[in-house]
Amino acid sequence: MRVGLFITCLGDTLFPATGRATVAVLERLGHTVVFPAEQTCCGQMHANSGYEEEALPLVRGFARCFGGDDLDAIVAPSGSCVAMVRDHYPRLAAEAGDAALAEAVAALSPRVFELCEFLVGELGLEDVGAFFPHRVVYHPSCHGLRMLRLDEAPLRLLGGVGGIELRELGEAETCCGFGGTFAVKNADVSAAMLADKVRAVLDSGAEVCTATDSSCLMHIDGALRRQRTGVRTVHVAEILAAVEGR
Amino acid sequence: MTPAGGFPAAARAAVADSQLRANLRGATHAIRDKRAAAVAEVADWEELREAGRLIKERAMRHLDRHLEDLEAAVIAAGGQVHWAPDGAAANRIVGDLVAATGSAEAVKVKSLATDEIGLNDALAARGIDVLETDLAELINQLAGDTSSHILVPAIHRNRAEIRELFLRELPDPGELDETPAALAGAARRFLRERFLRAEVAISGANFAVAETGTVGVVESEGNGRMCTTLPRTLITVMGIEKVLPRLSDLEVMLQLLPRSSTAERMNPYTSLWTGVTPGDGPEGFHLVLLDAGRTNALRDEVGRQALHCIRCSACLNVCPVYERTGGHAYGSVYPGPIGAILTPQLSDLESGATLPWASSLCGACYDVCPVKIDIPTVLVHLRGEVVRREAGGSKDAAERLSMKAAAYAFGSTTRYRRAQRLALRALRVLAKVPVLGRLVPGPLAAWITVRDLPEPPPETFGDWWRGRRP
Repeated sequence: MRVGLFITCLGDTLFPATGRATVAVLERLGHTVVFPAEQTCCGQMHANSGYEEEALPLVRGFARCFGGDDLDAIVAPSGSCVAMVRDHYPRLAAEAGDAALAEAVAALSPRVFELCEFLVGELGLEDVGAFFPHRVVYHPSCHGLRMLRLDEAPLRLLGGVGGIELRELGEAETCCGFGGTFAVKNADVSAAMLADKVRAVLDSGAEVCTATDSSCLMHIDGALRRQRTGVRTVHVAEILAAVEGR
Repeated sequence: MTPAGGFPAAARAAVADSQLRANLRGATHAIRDKRAAAVAEVADWEELREAGRLIKERAMRHLDRHLEDLEAAVIAAGGQVHWAPDGAAANRIVGDLVAATGSAEAVKVKSLATDEIGLNDALAARGIDVLETDLAELINQLAGDTSSHILVPAIHRNRAEIRELFLRELPDPGELDETPAALAGAARRFLRERFLRAEVAISGANFAVAETGTVGVVESEGNGRMCTTLPRTLITVMGIEKVLPRLSDLEVMLQLLPRSSTAERMNPYTSLWTGVTPGDGPEGFHLVLLDAGRTNALRDEVGRQALHCIRCSACLNVCPVYERTGGHAYGSVYPGPIGAILTPQLSDLESGATLPWASSLCGACYDVCPVKIDIPTVLVHLRGEVVRREAGGSKDAAERLSMKAAAYAFGSTTRYRRAQRLALRALRVLAKVPVLGRLVPGPLAAWITVRDLPEPPPETFGDWWRGRRP
């Protein structure tokens, strides 16, 4: 398959290792990865913060960038950015009264997938040949859980990783408190939610906390490092890319 | 209505209150788990939710007609109907009605609509003594406190606090330990006497049926049944959005509500009455139909679904924000996720301006809503309304500027890459001299108060990709 990589602005700028891992997994499975160079940001931050007017040009940009019919699928290592495209783009295009954009979005959005969703749901895989001999706990990010309904897809892939020891996360489905600008606009509540998430991660006995979203991980990791817990965060893509001897 | 500094400031105090945090955590988790079990018993729960959503949507679509039908049916059944465009009008109407009976006191069933309009205070100002008879509302009234939860108004208090309050405030509390039975017993002895002597009762309504004029109150303690049957005069204050077209709609609503709110298959008391019945129950029945911002909310195509709410409070109990702040931080009788979308629409966008941001948009509220109100979408929509309203003003000018700057940067790959390089350079400086981040209050300072910044990578993904392929 020709897979377009939707890197996300956060991943591109701050977490390139996650993007490289996504490429590694897809290429190892025999797919051709295409990286459309014109991509920037999907507009989620703007749309979710009430700046829909500013988000709209980004929606158009995304549709232009990924709208060609040369891609079989568009994959991102981020549940929330995919949810933005699939769940919010149609509404934004409709509210803008832009019929051409609505049409482009309708044609495009069903082909946009979160990485785990693509591997399990589209390719029918559970074992991608990864090896990661560590105690790992998985945090289901909200947008993947409740908007994309990823269900068990990430856990099934993690379960197929060689050497891994998966731990249970208490109150796993409770939000970590990131929520985009929520983390800074309601910093105290966000910190309180984060404290409980960190406690659950530590209680699990894991040495690595993983998730499908770099944004949630950046937030959780920030507290794990601040508190010198010795527990690190690793994106699911990086665990799936890891192989024995590397 | 909302405290100074809005939700973030009120929340800051709330999250620091360890007793409140412990009370809320215990209570919300207990109800949350029970609700999940009660809902799991129903094989067609999703179909029921969809039916509930459709019933409410239809009721709202022809609200004007249903209300006129309701009025006609109530009058035909011997009741009287009063229209109140706002809270002040409703308070005046109820005050006049109580005064006309010659009584200077009233017993009251738990009602959010009357709390919303401040009825108790308005009646007190006219010398009318109103006694709350729902146990938790009584606790709040005795403590001079306000509700912090739609269903469990005293959720912020524990048994020990309630025992002390009863010993201090009840006329004859007797021997009192901390068991729920003993506390309820003390309240019951106090309330019975008042039920028996009351001439007037005031209630809200969970539903009213347009085709029959039937009004209903759903409750657990039996105090509502006492109030709606014992006194000679019954006055019901109801938001206009509570009307249902048909009696058969109750079949759906009375399944959705108890399981979602108290996690019961059926609530202990469902009182339905239609006008007055000679020789049985109240001799006079008055229905006060309250608008107070509801038709205004109805104008908003996205926001209007907040009016579908049946006040079950399931969204509060699953909300990670509510769990940590409690209800008072929302500065409204409607707290939690539903309050965050209802309050700004019922009052005005100004006083509730921070509420649409009182959510991480995790979506847990939407999943449990029995009538499928898409709370996250309405939150985002209202954020847009607030931003558009304040455009050009000085409020949040820095945020507006940075949002516009970011949108500009994302508008072309050249600008985007330049912005990436700038961001990484700044991050490298901050990694070396972290104290710099604390100098200016704002998002960066808020972030690093409890979190380290991410380690800046040596190159962006794009740089790596371009270096990898010719």
